Amino acid sequence: MIQPIYLDNAATSPPAPEVVEAMTHCYTTSYGNASSLHSHGREARQAVEESRESIAVHLGVQPEEIVFTAGATEANNLALIGTAFSSGDRKHLITTSIEHHAVLHTIEWLKTRGFDATILDVDPTGRIDPAQVREAIRPDTLLVSVMAGNNEIGTIQPLDEIAAICHERGVLVHSDAVQALGKIPLPMDAVDLLSISAHKFHGPKGVGFLFVRKGVKLTPILHGGGHERGRRSGTENVAGIVGMGVAAGLAFDEQPAASDRLRAYRDRMIDTITQLPGTRLNGDREKSLPHIANFSFEAIEGESLVMRLDERGIAVSTGSACSSPNLEPSHVLVAIGVPLSMAHGSLRVSTGRQTTEQEIDTFLDILPKVVEDLRSISPFKVGE
Amino acid sequence: MYTDRVIEHFRNPHNMGKLDDYSAIGKVGNIVCGDVMWLYIKVEPDAESRDIITDISWETFGCTAAIATSSMVSDLAKGKTLDEAISLTNQDVASELGGLPPIKMHCSALAADALNEAIYTYLTQEEKPIPDALQKRHERIAKEVAELEKRYEAFEDKDKAPCS
Repeated sequence: MIQPIYLDNAATSPPAPEVVEAMTHCYTTSYGNASSLHSHGREARQAVEESRESIAVHLGVQPEEIVFTAGATEANNLALIGTAFSSGDRKHLITTSIEHHAVLHTIEWLKTRGFDATILDVDPTGRIDPAQVREAIRPDTLLVSVMAGNNEIGTIQPLDEIAAICHERGVLVHSDAVQALGKIPLPMDAVDLLSISAHKFHGPKGVGFLFVRKGVKLTPILHGGGHERGRRSGTENVAGIVGMGVAAGLAFDEQPAASDRLRAYRDRMIDTITQLPGTRLNGDREKSLPHIANFSFEAIEGESLVMRLDERGIAVSTGSACSSPNLEPSHVLVAIGVPLSMAHGSLRVSTGRQTTEQEIDTFLDILPKVVEDLRSISPFKVGE
Repeated sequence: MYTDRVIEHFRNPHNMGKLDDYSAIGKVGNIVCGDVMWLYIKVEPDAESRDIITDISWETFGCTAAIATSSMVSDLAKGKTLDEAISLTNQDVASELGGLPPIKMHCSALAADALNEAIYTYLTQEEKPIPDALQKRHERIAKEVAELEKRYEAFEDKDKAPCS
């Protein structure tokens, strides 16, 4: 029996046992609708508000600045569409070419509804220069959306400097911080809006939140019973919100130590893997989230690599075209200028709370063998 | 997503590597779209002077489906006469594997094309007559390669040209 090694925590992370326990309690005992008057409802309401307060305290913000959503895709949609539809004369948005599709596709959609957008190119490590933001801002710029840390290559952005430029000009700053919570300190002083998803930090799927700074106008995108102070209708996902609160508590408490531990794993992987012939690190060694490392391997294709590793019990992912529904390679790898042949041979390794030193040893032992095996049946030879 | 047969051939592919004494190679695919297949055939006459594919091997850069179809096409063609091998289609390759996901069907076409090209190369270098069907398929494959190369240049220019 192979012991499974899960190194795809940027896709989703296993729920912490404490999270499962708290959620089980919700489903079995506190099953009320948080809007109901009776004791069941009051108990559910209390659980939701305690979770909100706990998250707000950790973030150093007010509880009413937290809007619970069904995850970060919704939070990103609400941030962008919600501010755009309250924007008055400001019809221009700025973002980067390596954002998640939940941002890029929402902005594409806004462009079909009378808005305009500037998509900033990134450098070969995936960073934008704050000067690019300064140049792109127009009198009618409403908002700049820049992710805190990239989900594929891990690169982190200079959000404080970007925000300083934006705030001089009355421009809102939004950040998709999905991969950042629990891994690096969140840029709460820099942002007006910030999107979070619980399942990336060992919480449940289908729940997240949007931080909305007091005073930011937001048009709701979901209409109904007026939940979340009219900003997001829909019966609260009580168990999900409670689970997210527990997961966030653990993530904030453990963040400094977790960050150091995961970064040490990342450094070891980079040192070992880049020693193999025909490999490269995609992204930046230093200015990166601690838990995401992205590599490319010459002469082999990423989907085969993922499947070969899966046979050995190791779960990772790839930005290869063959693994994507439209047969295009990752837009992030293309944006940082990875040659197409190398983009096809990419591998993302992402660690989490449960990852052990021994798992990294096993992975680093198996990976070179699998790479060698696939290279032996490839028509391309390394270094040609 | 993949059938058990596909996974089986991916795990333990047959006839992989490069033949030392091959008669001809068929090279298809383009790295821009993530699949490249080189198919080696050794052709020898049998007692009745018919051309037989007595040995076959391949080298493939590609996904699970590309590797499984390479393995399958080599199994299907081995020991066949050239005439029999010419009539193998991508549908034959896919159905022997219990089917492929729709988006991966092009991998089975690549495998059948590689076999076609290897036979075409062999007949050309031996100055033997080329059947009409083989000639037509060769022309279609050559045209597709030219189109892919054009797209590749466009892609490298950052003018996004997706593969289909």
